[in-house]
Amino acid sequence: MSAPTKPLIPLAILPKNELGLTVRDYEGAMSTLCAGCGHDSVTAAITQMFFELSMPPRDIAKLSGIGCSSKTPTYFVRGAHGFNSAHGRMATIATGANAANRELTYIGISGDGDSLSIGIGHLSHLMRRNVNMVYVLENNGVYGLTKGQFSASADIGSRSKRGVPNEIAPIDPVLLGLSMGATFLARSFSGDKEQLIPLLKAAVAHQGLALIDVISPCVTFNDHEGSTKSYRFMREHEVKEIETDFVPWQQEISMPHRKGDAREVVMHDGSVVRFRSVPDGYDPHDRQRVEEYIRERHDRGEIATGLLYVNEDSVDVHAMNNTPPVALAKIPFATLCPGSAVLAKLQDDFR
Amino acid sequence: MTTTLPHHDERTHGESRVNDFALKLANVNGTGSASANSLLMQAIFRMGIPVSGKNLFPSNIQGLPTWYEIRVNKSGYTARALDYDLMVAMNSQTYAEDIAEVASGGYVLYDSSWPLEPHLLRDDVTFLGVPLAKMCLENFSSSRERVLMKNIAYAGALVALLDLDLEVIATLLTESYSRNEKLLASNQKALRLGYDYAREHFSCPLEFRVAPMDETAHSILIDGNTAAALGCLYAGATVAGWYPITPATALMDNFTALCAKYRREPVDAAVPGGPDSYRNNYLILQAEDEIAAIGMVLGASWSGARAFTSTSGPGISLMSELLGLAYYTEIPAVIFDVQRTGPSTGMPTRTQQADILLCAYASHGDTKHILLFPANPHECFEFAVASFDLAERFQTPVFVLSDLDIGMNDWVVPELTWDDNFTPDRGRVLDDRDLAEIAEFFRYTNEDADFVTPRTVPGSDEKGAYFIRGSGHDKFGKYTEVPAEYQQVVDRLKLKHAASAQRVPAPVVIRRPGATVGIITLGSCDLAVREAIDDLSERGIEADFLRVRGFPFAPEVRAFVEEHEHCFVVEQNRDGQLRSLISLETEIDINRMHPVLYYGGFPLSARQVVHSVTTTLEVQS
Repeated sequence: MSAPTKPLIPLAILPKNELGLTVRDYEGAMSTLCAGCGHDSVTAAITQMFFELSMPPRDIAKLSGIGCSSKTPTYFVRGAHGFNSAHGRMATIATGANAANRELTYIGISGDGDSLSIGIGHLSHLMRRNVNMVYVLENNGVYGLTKGQFSASADIGSRSKRGVPNEIAPIDPVLLGLSMGATFLARSFSGDKEQLIPLLKAAVAHQGLALIDVISPCVTFNDHEGSTKSYRFMREHEVKEIETDFVPWQQEISMPHRKGDAREVVMHDGSVVRFRSVPDGYDPHDRQRVEEYIRERHDRGEIATGLLYVNEDSVDVHAMNNTPPVALAKIPFATLCPGSAVLAKLQDDFR
Repeated sequence: MTTTLPHHDERTHGESRVNDFALKLANVNGTGSASANSLLMQAIFRMGIPVSGKNLFPSNIQGLPTWYEIRVNKSGYTARALDYDLMVAMNSQTYAEDIAEVASGGYVLYDSSWPLEPHLLRDDVTFLGVPLAKMCLENFSSSRERVLMKNIAYAGALVALLDLDLEVIATLLTESYSRNEKLLASNQKALRLGYDYAREHFSCPLEFRVAPMDETAHSILIDGNTAAALGCLYAGATVAGWYPITPATALMDNFTALCAKYRREPVDAAVPGGPDSYRNNYLILQAEDEIAAIGMVLGASWSGARAFTSTSGPGISLMSELLGLAYYTEIPAVIFDVQRTGPSTGMPTRTQQADILLCAYASHGDTKHILLFPANPHECFEFAVASFDLAERFQTPVFVLSDLDIGMNDWVVPELTWDDNFTPDRGRVLDDRDLAEIAEFFRYTNEDADFVTPRTVPGSDEKGAYFIRGSGHDKFGKYTEVPAEYQQVVDRLKLKHAASAQRVPAPVVIRRPGATVGIITLGSCDLAVREAIDDLSERGIEADFLRVRGFPFAPEVRAFVEEHEHCFVVEQNRDGQLRSLISLETEIDINRMHPVLYYGGFPLSARQVVHSVTTTLEVQS
């Protein structure tokens, strides 16, 4: 069975971005996920985000591992190269791709099984290395393709479809990221495009690894009463005290400050992440305070969303290694090969 | 204990022993013996004499026994000797076994600061006592120097006993310690102590000794890991992912050092000489494990860079998953496997050739890979360069199967050369101009005579964009579960692999008139097998030689087996993996080949090959 293609005929005249492209130009194949799947909403947000940023599709590279979430890169930006890799290994492939060609914008789509079980080692080291990419973790607390086993992000007491409660402690990717030295950590909800799109834009602007943990309910295996990753649970327990806008650098001057703007963070490319509201005493630069806040909310049964932590002075893997601004893959062979005279001379050390 | 040394005329050997002998040095790991031992080896090399040094060391940082073997041979037979004319016994823990290993009529040099226990003595061996510890105690004040300098002192005694060129030794010491005058002075002093003692107390030189030759003028002394790293530098590799593992670590350490020297491009900077004054045209990533290491290589290769990893058997086991992905999605990758003794952790500091089948078929499902088998550091350099061309030409993983003996020991090999007209074979990659000329791009269509289809790299024109996937795909690169569509792709992969047989390094074949025996081997067995063939000839057995250098096999391999009444396959593993692979892949009856297996972890010796071949032939006749 091959993936169905979306009809390309627009139903109405669609607005164009700076490149003259419509949002349809940022779409991909038709989703084969279940109707109502949270992941499709994330796909829509990513599509909209790249459209609004007017990013040339060829400048994007999409990567994923294995799982429901990992199918989604086929569903957006068909003009971008994509790599559906192996279970849990996307982080490693993205690291190598970024090493070879830093000129592209990398977006990795993963799930809670892919990222927090089989691939948690790679995700941890991806954060430590601070590879410049957007990492979207579509988190539904369950293994969908293998029909409903708990994942490592399932909360204690959350019930499976058969009613069995989970008894193993969950892994929170944001708390993990805080301890791994991640430089951009956000959480959102697939049902909240208004929050998700600015977060995605800020993640693209961030010079380093930007992790967005998106709670994305599984309508088939984890959207029932007793689940803590259901649409209903999220609507009732999400706390959006931290709200941000993303202002591309070109628009910065024209966009006036709004009342209640708490803090501005200027990103590496000159764009601005504006915190519209943060709780009293909250500092998105303070790892310890951020961790305390997330834990306090969690203890109250609440899920804090928004841009939770950011370090805009982030140094990515290329900066650490002093590589050139152009892609290593584009450096001509003549520059790379030292030639026969050098080879003859360096062998003096072997005599 | 006093030692009396017989005069020259009383000895059993004559002048024929010039430049033909072997010594073994038994040391304690971590006491600084390595520099003294390699000093001796390097001095013999500089005197123009064919020589080899084999480090037989433990998986340990300090305290366990370690040995170093030096074989000097004017005819170039420098495989492991097994017959030791001289033992330098510096480790009292292993005195008994070390003394037992000396050939009858040979010598034991030992530290006579303490007496040897009488039960260790042998009547057929001459004991040369040098009070090394006592000399160093009297002449050096720091406790560290008193330990370290014992090594240089025994080296000094050997200089006298073996007639090594003092000038050459002095130059080597000066080169080694040019930045540390005090250490240089201590080394010179210790060398002299040992030298003078030997001259005073023994009749120097011994009947086996060195004499200058002119056999190494166009050679270098280099280990395989360094040579492979040089090959990667010259092949234009820019990205490497790796995880530390014995015995492959030095390959990446060397690549890192070479890149820091030859891959730094100066740029205009505010502070000249500061950190912004250069750019690194490379990125070496120390991964969290070997899975990540190969993942990084695939990501970088997918993006159009030349990328590689270096590892050993345990790393290949971990990489197997993604190697299948690379095979099926057709991504180039270069993997150096510096083989060590398995299975499991095995013996990390011992050599073997036991990853042949693992690498040939790495990963689940139907997979087959290209393998290259270098026999020495010179081929490590050449095959490193070739491996990137093959990987990109055939869009598939290529393994370079070196081993610990090649990778970590210094070998005398012809100097490396480079053709400045060399252009790398980047394989079939479509750029924007190519894409403009075609109506549509589909990843696995438009195959060439080698069954290779053109690829595109990320960042290329949207027309070339596609979704690479390890799941079932058709020739258009689209997801499929249709049997015929799936098979069409995997059948082409099989043909592509077979086509690479013509492009991997050809086997080396050496024929002898009237030979009825054929000996097939690979990798570091090369020198021992060639020496064995000369030895067999002296015993009236003429044997042809074939050294496999690549997989898939060239047609000559099967023909060679068919041509010989008796065919042997010499390799360093328990199960005869090369023999099995030849049978599996050429469909020749496995019983047409006798296995000659040596797999205890030390490098192969000609004696072992001769013994196996002659024994088998006797049984057969």
